[in-house]
Amino acid sequence: MARRENSEINAGSMADIAFLLLIFFLVTTTMDVDSGISRKLPEKAPQDNQDVIVKQKNVFDIVVNRNNQILIEGTDYVKVTDIKRLAMQFIDNGGGVGNSVDGKPGEPCDYCNGAKDPASSDHPSKAIISLQSDRGTTYGMYVTIQNEIEAAYNQLRNDLSNKLYGRSYDLLQSDYNDDPTESLKAKIDNLKDKYPQIISEPEPIK
Amino acid sequence: MSKFKKKKKGLPAISTASLPDIVFMLLFFFMVSTTMRETDLLIKKPFLPTASEVKKLEQKSLVSTIYVGKSKDTRISGDKIQVNDKIIDVKDVPSFIFSERALRKEEEVKFMTTSIKADKEASVGTILDIKEQLRDINALKVSFSTTKGSDLKSNYK
Repeated sequence: MARRENSEINAGSMADIAFLLLIFFLVTTTMDVDSGISRKLPEKAPQDNQDVIVKQKNVFDIVVNRNNQILIEGTDYVKVTDIKRLAMQFIDNGGGVGNSVDGKPGEPCDYCNGAKDPASSDHPSKAIISLQSDRGTTYGMYVTIQNEIEAAYNQLRNDLSNKLYGRSYDLLQSDYNDDPTESLKAKIDNLKDKYPQIISEPEPIK
Repeated sequence: MSKFKKKKKGLPAISTASLPDIVFMLLFFFMVSTTMRETDLLIKKPFLPTASEVKKLEQKSLVSTIYVGKSKDTRISGDKIQVNDKIIDVKDVPSFIFSERALRKEEEVKFMTTSIKADKEASVGTILDIKEQLRDINALKVSFSTTKGSDLKSNYK
Protein backbone atom coordinates (compact mmCIF):
# COMPACT_ATOMS: atom_id res chain seq x y z
CA MET A 1 0.00 0.00 0.00
CA ALA A 2 1.66 3.18 -1.14
CA ARG A 3 1.16 6.49 0.56
CA ARG A 4 -1.45 8.67 -1.01
CA GLU A 5 0.01 11.30 -3.24
CA ASN A 6 -2.69 13.81 -2.48
CA SER A 7 -2.33 14.75 1.17
CA GLU A 8 -5.15 17.27 1.32
CA ILE A 9 -6.92 17.38 4.69
CA ASN A 10 -10.16 15.53 4.44
CA ALA A 11 -12.85 18.08 5.04
CA GLY A 12 -15.67 15.65 4.55
CA SER A 13 -16.18 15.08 8.25
CA MET A 14 -16.23 18.80 8.91
CA ALA A 15 -19.79 18.89 7.67
CA ASP A 16 -20.73 16.14 10.08
CA ILE A 17 -19.25 18.03 12.99
CA ALA A 18 -21.05 21.18 11.99
CA PHE A 19 -24.30 19.31 11.54
CA LEU A 20 -23.89 17.82 14.96
CA LEU A 21 -23.42 21.26 16.47
CA LEU A 22 -26.36 22.58 14.49
CA ILE A 23 -28.63 19.82 15.69
CA PHE A 24 -27.41 20.30 19.24
CA PHE A 25 -28.37 23.97 19.14
CA LEU A 26 -31.67 23.27 17.44
CA VAL A 27 -32.59 20.82 20.15
CA THR A 28 -31.38 22.68 23.21
CA THR A 29 -32.80 26.07 22.30
CA THR A 30 -36.30 24.90 21.63
CA MET A 31 -37.94 27.98 22.97
CA ASP A 32 -40.71 26.70 25.12
CA VAL A 33 -43.66 28.74 23.97
CA ASP A 34 -44.90 30.45 27.05
CA SER A 35 -48.57 29.71 27.23
CA GLY A 36 -51.03 29.95 30.01
CA ILE A 37 -54.40 31.02 31.27
CA SER A 38 -54.61 34.76 30.96
CA ARG A 39 -56.59 36.80 33.39
CA LYS A 40 -57.21 40.46 33.72
CA LEU A 41 -57.07 41.59 37.32
CA PRO A 42 -59.71 44.01 38.52
CA GLU A 43 -58.57 47.54 39.06
CA LYS A 44 -57.97 48.68 42.56
CA ALA A 45 -61.22 49.97 44.01
CA PRO A 46 -61.28 53.60 45.11
CA GLN A 47 -61.54 54.32 48.81
CA ASP A 48 -65.08 55.62 48.75
CA ASN A 49 -66.26 52.65 46.74
CA GLN A 50 -69.84 51.71 47.23
CA ASP A 51 -70.67 48.08 47.39
CA VAL A 52 -72.53 46.77 44.41
CA ILE A 53 -75.52 44.76 45.39
CA VAL A 54 -75.82 41.55 43.45
CA LYS A 55 -78.61 39.06 43.79
CA GLN A 56 -77.48 35.85 45.37
CA LYS A 57 -78.96 33.82 42.56
CA ASN A 58 -76.71 35.57 40.04
CA VAL A 59 -73.59 34.40 41.82
CA PHE A 60 -72.12 30.97 41.33
CA ASP A 61 -70.17 30.42 44.47
CA ILE A 62 -67.14 28.14 44.37
CA VAL A 63 -65.18 27.64 47.56
CA VAL A 64 -62.02 25.55 47.77
CA ASN A 65 -60.57 24.60 51.09
CA ARG A 66 -57.02 23.72 52.03
CA ASN A 67 -57.65 20.05 51.34
CA ASN A 68 -58.57 20.88 47.74
CA GLN A 69 -62.21 20.06 48.35
CA ILE A 70 -64.73 22.08 46.44
CA LEU A 71 -68.03 23.39 47.70
CA ILE A 72 -70.50 24.90 45.29
CA GLU A 73 -73.27 27.33 46.23
CA GLY A 74 -72.47 26.64 49.84
CA THR A 75 -74.23 23.31 49.77
CA ASP A 76 -72.91 20.85 47.23
CA TYR A 77 -69.61 19.06 47.51
CA VAL A 78 -68.48 18.37 43.95
CA LYS A 79 -65.50 17.13 42.00
CA VAL A 80 -63.45 19.53 39.96
CA THR A 81 -64.51 17.82 36.75
CA ASP A 82 -68.14 18.78 37.41
CA ILE A 83 -67.42 22.48 37.53
CA LYS A 84 -67.48 23.01 33.79
CA ARG A 85 -70.93 21.46 33.40
CA LEU A 86 -72.38 23.23 36.43
CA ALA A 87 -70.89 26.57 35.44
CA MET A 88 -72.30 26.22 31.93
CA GLN A 89 -75.74 25.43 33.32
CA PHE A 90 -75.49 28.45 35.55
CA ILE A 91 -74.26 30.94 32.93
CA ASP A 92 -76.56 29.74 30.19
CA ASN A 93 -79.64 29.61 32.38
CA GLY A 94 -81.26 32.84 31.23
CA GLY A 95 -84.04 32.83 33.78
CA GLY A 96 -84.67 36.56 33.77
CA VAL A 97 -83.72 39.74 31.96
CA GLY A 98 -80.29 41.15 31.29
CA ASN A 99 -78.71 44.45 32.22
CA SER A 100 -80.53 47.52 31.01
CA VAL A 101 -78.72 49.16 28.12
CA ASP A 102 -78.97 52.94 27.54
CA GLY A 103 -81.93 53.26 29.84
CA LYS A 104 -83.90 50.59 28.05
CA PRO A 105 -85.06 47.75 30.20
CA GLY A 106 -83.05 44.56 29.94
CA GLU A 107 -84.18 41.86 27.60
CA PRO A 108 -84.41 38.17 28.27
CA CYS A 109 -81.60 36.05 26.87
CA ASP A 110 -82.79 34.88 23.45
CA TYR A 111 -79.67 32.85 22.68
CA CYS A 112 -79.46 30.88 25.91
CA ASN A 113 -80.16 27.19 25.89
CA GLY A 114 -80.48 26.86 29.63
CA ALA A 115 -83.27 25.59 31.80
CA LYS A 116 -84.65 29.11 32.48
CA ASP A 117 -84.76 28.23 36.13
CA PRO A 118 -85.88 31.31 38.09
CA ALA A 119 -83.68 30.29 40.99
CA SER A 120 -80.51 30.43 38.89
CA SER A 121 -78.85 33.26 36.96
CA ASP A 122 -80.92 35.84 35.08
CA HIS A 123 -78.71 36.46 32.11
CA PRO A 124 -75.13 35.66 31.02
CA SER A 125 -74.27 39.34 31.37
CA LYS A 126 -75.31 39.20 35.01
CA ALA A 127 -73.92 35.80 35.90
CA ILE A 128 -70.95 36.13 38.20
CA ILE A 129 -68.64 33.30 39.07
CA SER A 130 -67.03 33.71 42.43
CA LEU A 131 -63.98 31.67 43.31
CA GLN A 132 -62.89 31.78 46.90
CA SER A 133 -59.86 29.80 47.81
CA ASP A 134 -58.01 29.08 50.97
CA ARG A 135 -54.47 30.31 51.36
CA GLY A 136 -53.43 26.71 51.70
CA THR A 137 -55.05 25.47 48.50
CA THR A 138 -52.47 24.14 46.09
CA TYR A 139 -51.82 26.18 43.01
CA GLY A 140 -52.46 23.18 40.77
CA MET A 141 -56.03 22.95 42.03
CA TYR A 142 -56.53 26.67 41.64
CA VAL A 143 -55.35 26.59 38.04
CA THR A 144 -57.53 23.57 37.31
CA ILE A 145 -60.63 25.41 38.51
CA GLN A 146 -59.68 28.50 36.53
CA ASN A 147 -59.21 26.24 33.55
CA GLU A 148 -62.64 24.67 34.01
CA ILE A 149 -64.29 28.09 34.22
CA GLU A 150 -62.44 29.17 31.11
CA ALA A 151 -63.55 25.95 29.41
CA ALA A 152 -67.18 26.63 30.30
CA TYR A 153 -67.08 30.09 28.73
CA ASN A 154 -65.22 28.83 25.69
CA GLN A 155 -67.73 26.05 25.18
CA LEU A 156 -70.67 28.46 25.38
CA ARG A 157 -69.01 30.88 23.00
CA ASN A 158 -68.17 28.05 20.63
CA ASP A 159 -71.76 26.82 20.59
CA LEU A 160 -73.17 30.26 19.95
CA SER A 161 -70.54 30.95 17.33
CA ASN A 162 -71.36 27.74 15.50
CA LYS A 163 -75.01 28.73 15.50
CA LEU A 164 -74.47 32.31 14.35
CA TYR A 165 -71.49 32.06 12.03
CA GLY A 166 -71.09 28.36 11.35
CA ARG A 167 -67.55 28.46 12.71
CA SER A 168 -66.32 27.93 16.23
CA TYR A 169 -65.03 30.72 18.44
CA ASP A 170 -61.58 29.15 18.65
CA LEU A 171 -61.31 29.04 14.87
CA LEU A 172 -62.53 32.61 14.57
CA GLN A 173 -59.80 33.66 16.96
CA SER A 174 -57.10 31.80 15.07
CA ASP A 175 -58.44 33.30 11.84
CA TYR A 176 -58.17 36.71 13.41
CA ASN A 177 -54.57 36.06 14.41
CA ASP A 178 -53.70 35.13 10.85
CA ASP A 179 -55.64 37.91 9.21
CA PRO A 180 -56.99 40.65 11.47
CA THR A 181 -60.03 42.07 9.75
CA GLU A 182 -62.74 44.29 11.12
CA SER A 183 -65.56 41.87 10.43
CA LEU A 184 -63.85 39.09 12.37
CA LYS A 185 -63.17 41.41 15.26
CA ALA A 186 -66.83 42.40 15.31
CA LYS A 187 -67.85 38.77 15.46
CA ILE A 188 -65.41 37.96 18.27
CA ASP A 189 -66.45 41.03 20.23
CA ASN A 190 -70.09 40.12 19.78
CA LEU A 191 -69.46 36.66 21.21
CA LYS A 192 -67.46 38.06 24.10
CA ASP A 193 -70.27 40.49 24.71
CA LYS A 194 -72.90 37.76 24.70
CA TYR A 195 -70.99 35.69 27.25
CA PRO A 196 -68.79 38.08 29.19
CA GLN A 197 -66.38 36.55 31.67
CA ILE A 198 -67.25 37.90 35.08
CA ILE A 199 -65.09 36.19 37.65
CA SER A 200 -64.80 37.48 41.15
CA GLU A 201 -62.19 36.37 43.62
CA PRO A 202 -62.99 37.38 47.17
CA GLU A 203 -60.41 37.55 49.89
CA PRO A 204 -59.02 34.12 50.65
CA ILE A 205 -60.04 32.19 53.72
CA LYS A 206 -57.43 32.74 56.37
CA MET B 1 -15.22 -4.59 -13.90
CA SER B 2 -12.44 -2.90 -15.68
CA LYS B 3 -14.90 -0.63 -17.33
CA PHE B 4 -16.30 0.45 -13.96
CA LYS B 5 -12.88 1.23 -12.56
CA LYS B 6 -12.02 3.33 -15.48
CA LYS B 7 -15.16 5.39 -15.13
CA LYS B 8 -14.59 6.12 -11.50
CA LYS B 9 -11.13 7.31 -12.15
CA GLY B 10 -12.32 9.68 -14.79
CA LEU B 11 -15.03 11.39 -12.74
CA PRO B 12 -13.78 13.66 -9.93
CA ALA B 13 -15.69 13.57 -6.63
CA ILE B 14 -18.06 16.42 -5.99
CA SER B 15 -16.32 18.85 -3.75
CA THR B 16 -17.99 18.95 -0.38
CA ALA B 17 -15.56 21.50 0.93
CA SER B 18 -18.20 24.22 1.00
CA LEU B 19 -20.74 22.11 2.85
CA PRO B 20 -19.26 22.92 6.27
CA ASP B 21 -19.46 26.60 5.40
CA ILE B 22 -23.12 26.29 4.59
CA VAL B 23 -23.85 24.37 7.74
CA PHE B 24 -21.82 26.75 9.86
CA MET B 25 -23.80 29.59 8.42
CA LEU B 26 -27.01 27.85 9.47
CA LEU B 27 -25.49 27.15 12.87
CA PHE B 28 -24.58 30.77 13.44
CA PHE B 29 -27.98 31.85 12.26
CA PHE B 30 -29.66 29.68 14.85
CA MET B 31 -27.22 30.58 17.57
CA VAL B 32 -27.83 34.26 17.01
CA SER B 33 -31.56 34.23 16.42
CA THR B 34 -32.42 32.11 19.41
CA THR B 35 -30.72 34.21 22.00
CA MET B 36 -32.64 33.03 24.98
CA ARG B 37 -31.62 34.49 28.26
CA GLU B 38 -32.64 31.66 30.46
CA THR B 39 -32.53 32.87 34.02
CA ASP B 40 -30.69 30.58 36.33
CA LEU B 41 -33.27 29.24 38.67
CA LEU B 42 -32.35 29.66 42.30
CA ILE B 43 -35.47 27.83 43.34
CA LYS B 44 -36.43 24.31 42.42
CA LYS B 45 -37.65 24.19 38.84
CA PRO B 46 -41.38 24.86 39.06
CA PHE B 47 -43.49 21.98 37.93
CA LEU B 48 -46.13 23.83 35.95
CA PRO B 49 -49.74 22.70 36.17
CA THR B 50 -51.52 21.42 33.10
CA ALA B 51 -54.42 23.20 31.48
CA SER B 52 -56.41 22.69 28.34
CA GLU B 53 -57.69 26.21 27.68
CA VAL B 54 -54.36 27.90 27.22
CA LYS B 55 -53.53 30.99 25.27
CA LYS B 56 -50.14 31.65 23.81
CA LEU B 57 -48.36 34.67 25.14
CA GLU B 58 -47.65 36.99 22.29
CA GLN B 59 -44.86 39.52 22.17
CA LYS B 60 -42.35 37.81 24.37
CA SER B 61 -40.47 41.05 24.84
CA LEU B 62 -43.36 42.46 26.84
CA VAL B 63 -43.57 39.58 29.25
CA SER B 64 -42.03 39.72 32.68
CA THR B 65 -41.80 36.44 34.45
CA ILE B 66 -42.17 35.72 38.13
CA TYR B 67 -41.17 32.27 39.36
CA VAL B 68 -42.70 30.72 42.42
CA GLY B 69 -41.49 27.50 43.91
CA LYS B 70 -39.78 25.73 46.73
CA SER B 71 -36.30 26.56 47.81
CA LYS B 72 -33.55 24.26 46.63
CA ASP B 73 -32.54 23.83 50.23
CA THR B 74 -35.01 21.28 51.55
CA ARG B 75 -34.67 22.59 55.09
CA ILE B 76 -36.32 25.85 54.08
CA SER B 77 -40.05 25.46 53.76
CA GLY B 78 -42.55 27.74 52.10
CA ASP B 79 -42.71 29.29 48.70
CA LYS B 80 -39.97 31.43 47.32
CA ILE B 81 -40.45 34.08 44.67
CA GLN B 82 -37.77 34.63 42.08
CA VAL B 83 -37.44 37.37 39.52
CA ASN B 84 -34.47 37.75 37.20
CA ASP B 85 -31.62 36.23 39.14
CA LYS B 86 -32.61 36.82 42.70
CA ILE B 87 -35.09 35.63 45.26
CA ILE B 88 -37.29 38.42 46.49
CA ASP B 89 -40.02 39.13 48.96
CA VAL B 90 -43.64 39.68 47.93
CA LYS B 91 -43.26 43.34 48.88
CA ASP B 92 -40.57 43.76 46.24
CA VAL B 93 -42.75 42.63 43.36
CA PRO B 94 -43.86 46.20 42.52
CA SER B 95 -40.27 47.42 42.28
CA PHE B 96 -39.50 44.55 39.93
CA ILE B 97 -42.44 45.52 37.71
CA PHE B 98 -41.35 49.16 37.79
CA SER B 99 -37.84 48.21 36.74
CA GLU B 100 -39.32 46.10 33.93
CA ARG B 101 -41.48 49.03 32.84
CA ALA B 102 -38.49 51.33 32.78
CA LEU B 103 -36.91 49.09 30.14
CA ARG B 104 -39.87 49.40 27.78
CA LYS B 105 -41.24 52.25 25.78
CA GLU B 106 -43.98 54.18 27.45
CA GLU B 107 -46.65 53.24 24.95
CA GLU B 108 -45.85 49.56 25.39
CA VAL B 109 -46.34 49.57 29.13
CA LYS B 110 -50.06 48.93 28.99
CA PHE B 111 -49.51 45.80 26.90
CA MET B 112 -47.08 44.31 29.37
CA THR B 113 -48.05 40.97 30.78
CA THR B 114 -46.83 39.32 33.92
CA SER B 115 -46.38 35.60 33.59
CA ILE B 116 -46.51 33.67 36.82
CA LYS B 117 -44.63 30.41 36.61
CA ALA B 118 -45.53 28.67 39.78
CA ASP B 119 -45.12 25.15 40.96
CA LYS B 120 -48.35 23.24 41.20
CA GLU B 121 -47.57 22.46 44.82
CA ALA B 122 -47.26 26.15 45.69
CA SER B 123 -49.94 27.59 47.87
CA VAL B 124 -52.58 29.89 46.48
CA GLY B 125 -51.89 32.38 49.28
CA THR B 126 -48.53 33.30 47.75
CA ILE B 127 -50.08 33.70 44.32
CA LEU B 128 -52.90 35.85 45.67
CA ASP B 129 -50.35 38.03 47.50
CA ILE B 130 -48.50 38.58 44.24
CA LYS B 131 -51.75 39.35 42.46
CA GLU B 132 -52.63 41.89 45.12
CA GLN B 133 -49.26 43.59 44.68
CA LEU B 134 -49.75 43.65 40.91
CA ARG B 135 -53.18 45.18 41.34
CA ASP B 136 -51.73 47.90 43.52
CA ILE B 137 -49.48 49.11 40.74
CA ASN B 138 -51.96 48.56 37.93
CA ALA B 139 -50.13 45.70 36.25
CA LEU B 140 -53.40 44.01 35.46
CA LYS B 141 -52.53 41.58 32.70
CA VAL B 142 -51.56 38.30 34.25
CA SER B 143 -50.97 34.90 32.77
CA PHE B 144 -50.78 31.74 34.83
CA SER B 145 -48.17 29.79 32.99
CA THR B 146 -49.18 26.20 32.29
CA THR B 147 -48.28 23.38 30.04
CA LYS B 148 -50.86 22.43 27.48
CA GLY B 149 -52.47 19.09 28.00
CA SER B 150 -55.69 17.43 28.93
CA ASP B 151 -54.45 15.41 31.87
CA LEU B 152 -55.78 17.72 34.55
CA LYS B 153 -55.71 15.04 37.22
CA SER B 154 -51.97 15.42 37.60
CA ASN B 155 -52.54 18.94 38.96
CA TYR B 156 -53.92 17.78 42.25
CA LYS B 157 -53.10 14.69 44.18
